[in-house]
Amino acid sequence: MIEIKVPRGSLLGIEHLGTAEITSILQLARRMTPQKPRPLLRGKRVLLLFYETSTRTRSSFEIAAKSMGAMTTLVLSSGSSIEKGESLLDTGYTLRAVGADLIVIRHPSAGAPQLMAQHLDIPVVNAGDGMHEHPTQALLDAYTILRHKKTLKGLQVAIVGDIYHSRVARSAVHLLSKFGAKITLCGPSEFLPEMAGSLAPGLHISRSLEEAVHGADVVMVLRVQKERLAGAKVSLNDYITRYQMTMARLKLAKRDALLMHPGPIIRGLELTWEVADCPQSAIIEEVKNGVSVRMAVLAKALGKLH
Amino acid sequence: MPDTRSKPQGSLLIRNGRLIDPAAKIDAVMDVLLRDGRVAELAPPGKTKSTAHDKFEARGLIVAPGFIDIHVHLREPGQSYKESIATGTASAAAGGFTSVCCMPNTQPIIDSPEWVTWVQHPARGAVVNVFPIAAATKASKGAVLTDFRGLQRAGAVAVSDDGKPILGDEIMRETLRLAAELNIPVIQHAEDTRVTANCSMNEGPTSFRLGLRGMKTSAEGDIVERDVQLAQQFNGARLHVAHLSTADALKAVRRGKRSKTHVTCEVTPHHFALADTDIVDYDANFKMNPPLRSAADLEAILVAFADGTIDAIATDHAPHAPHEKLIEFERAAFGITGFETALGLAITKLHLGAKIPLPRIIELFTSGPARVLTLNGRGTLAKGSYADVTIFDPKRRWTFDALQSRSRSHNTPFNGWHLTGKVVATIVGGRVIYKTD
Repeated sequence: MIEIKVPRGSLLGIEHLGTAEITSILQLARRMTPQKPRPLLRGKRVLLLFYETSTRTRSSFEIAAKSMGAMTTLVLSSGSSIEKGESLLDTGYTLRAVGADLIVIRHPSAGAPQLMAQHLDIPVVNAGDGMHEHPTQALLDAYTILRHKKTLKGLQVAIVGDIYHSRVARSAVHLLSKFGAKITLCGPSEFLPEMAGSLAPGLHISRSLEEAVHGADVVMVLRVQKERLAGAKVSLNDYITRYQMTMARLKLAKRDALLMHPGPIIRGLELTWEVADCPQSAIIEEVKNGVSVRMAVLAKALGKLH
Repeated sequence: MPDTRSKPQGSLLIRNGRLIDPAAKIDAVMDVLLRDGRVAELAPPGKTKSTAHDKFEARGLIVAPGFIDIHVHLREPGQSYKESIATGTASAAAGGFTSVCCMPNTQPIIDSPEWVTWVQHPARGAVVNVFPIAAATKASKGAVLTDFRGLQRAGAVAVSDDGKPILGDEIMRETLRLAAELNIPVIQHAEDTRVTANCSMNEGPTSFRLGLRGMKTSAEGDIVERDVQLAQQFNGARLHVAHLSTADALKAVRRGKRSKTHVTCEVTPHHFALADTDIVDYDANFKMNPPLRSAADLEAILVAFADGTIDAIATDHAPHAPHEKLIEFERAAFGITGFETALGLAITKLHLGAKIPLPRIIELFTSGPARVLTLNGRGTLAKGSYADVTIFDPKRRWTFDALQSRSRSHNTPFNGWHLTGKVVATIVGGRVIYKTD
């Protein structure tokens, strides 16, 4: 009943973003490259607050911020007052008080960035919250796809793997469906419950990797955590037999299909060695594009663009 | 059981109100004379044989038996930073409740006659009648039964491990068997906690979208189903399902009632007013256990209110401090406050919304809960009953402001809600303990 506002420039998820806003971030990203530093964020302080481990996202945000002249400080949950029991909001107030102009947060609990944004007067950027969203990953995926395909509209996209636990999948589904892509989700029921189909209109659910990949323009493979297979009905070997992306399976997709993966990849589990390194693989390009996209997100939040 | 809670307070005449007393089958404009803590006389306006020292003009208002809330958390002993018996009962009074039954999941757990006595001591400062519910198992650990007889003698009106279920088949069977011998109701928090670990809301499209782990409705339904079967095995066993929230559980309760098993159930206002789709912005004021359910469950609950399957409305008033709620949704405590919004929600959602007649709603707040826990002489205003009265205006529109609540805590999803139906006065033992301006 009470509408809660968050600071302008915050990026909490894709679900509530409009297509115009997404397009404008993607357009700005095209002009952003760390090789050509632009001092858009000179004098700004970007706090990287990570409650979970990260290689790509963390370094990518840091390089994005620094190449625009911002000062960055990394705060990890281990080795900080968070270990002593400080609450999320108290940590937020503290970082604000030391002079943060923007907080990038990764957190194991869904909604943590939202809570922080509601109580701070500086933009909060979600770098992944629990099983909820990972908006910059979806943006960089869209950016990567658009470097190879003219439009997202009508593209056949297969998203394969542990959808249930994946914030990447949720953000990707929201973004791609907003732009009219035809999405097939694929995985065993433990990782892909039927209710996943309600995430966006027109989603298709398939239990067969061959069916999902057939004729696809984009194949997005998700990481599978071994420990999550521990309690599942499907064994590791079953999973590999039925859902591992192999060259033979990838051949069912369109000839110019793009193979994507948000990383980290586990070779030999969700994809084979050959698939990871095949010519269609955009895995490394995604990481590279991530810097440009995050530069755009930070520039929109803090920079003087006009 | 001797009752010293209602002290004679002279006499009070409630005039010209519309008396609705479902237990006594009265719905008429009547005067109600209270004397010495009891209902002394009911008569048409101006026709009482004796007069009273004090008068209360109730023209245009509804005069009902005092509301009874059989599921509340008053947080004492041990958690008075959330609520105390004094602040909790003050909030209950503002919600029109004249009697509350408090759950034993305090610190320590109310599992001994001594603590049952402590809760009822006048020094606690209760302003309404407080009937303790004692733990069914020691420290509510689900292993060893408590001293039911001693707890009953000390004033416990039921046993429950609320907050968690009496989970094991064998311990639940033993609980029902012993409670049946003593005619004590067993209140079950029906949740198969083996399948709800780490869950913070109902399982469904909303939990999937929000990336939160969801509780299956079967986690409630399966336990109710099992309990109904167990209760059938013991003559005199009385099973009461706390905060029922699912269509599955309703089916099990209906089956039990048809087979003449003594099974009753309560539903909270939030489970008839909200669904899981109402959870917005990860606001932990929408987090409770059982969680808000699907629209289909909500619909089944409305049907069960109309057809009589549900015996009582109970708030599950569960105050928590801000540091337990203003945190990550998954880490936040379960539960919301409920006293002061209960009637407004019932009238707005059940009466005006679902067209459930006012007398039925009053039954759910009065004779229904009194029957569930055998609170004799309460839940009715028949002559000789306790002088507990709730007077309310069913048409009055108001806006709930959580910060104005008498509870020590303000964790409610209903802050700012526009409601119809407001308590005007609450009378306990013949004494007006709450009155609006």
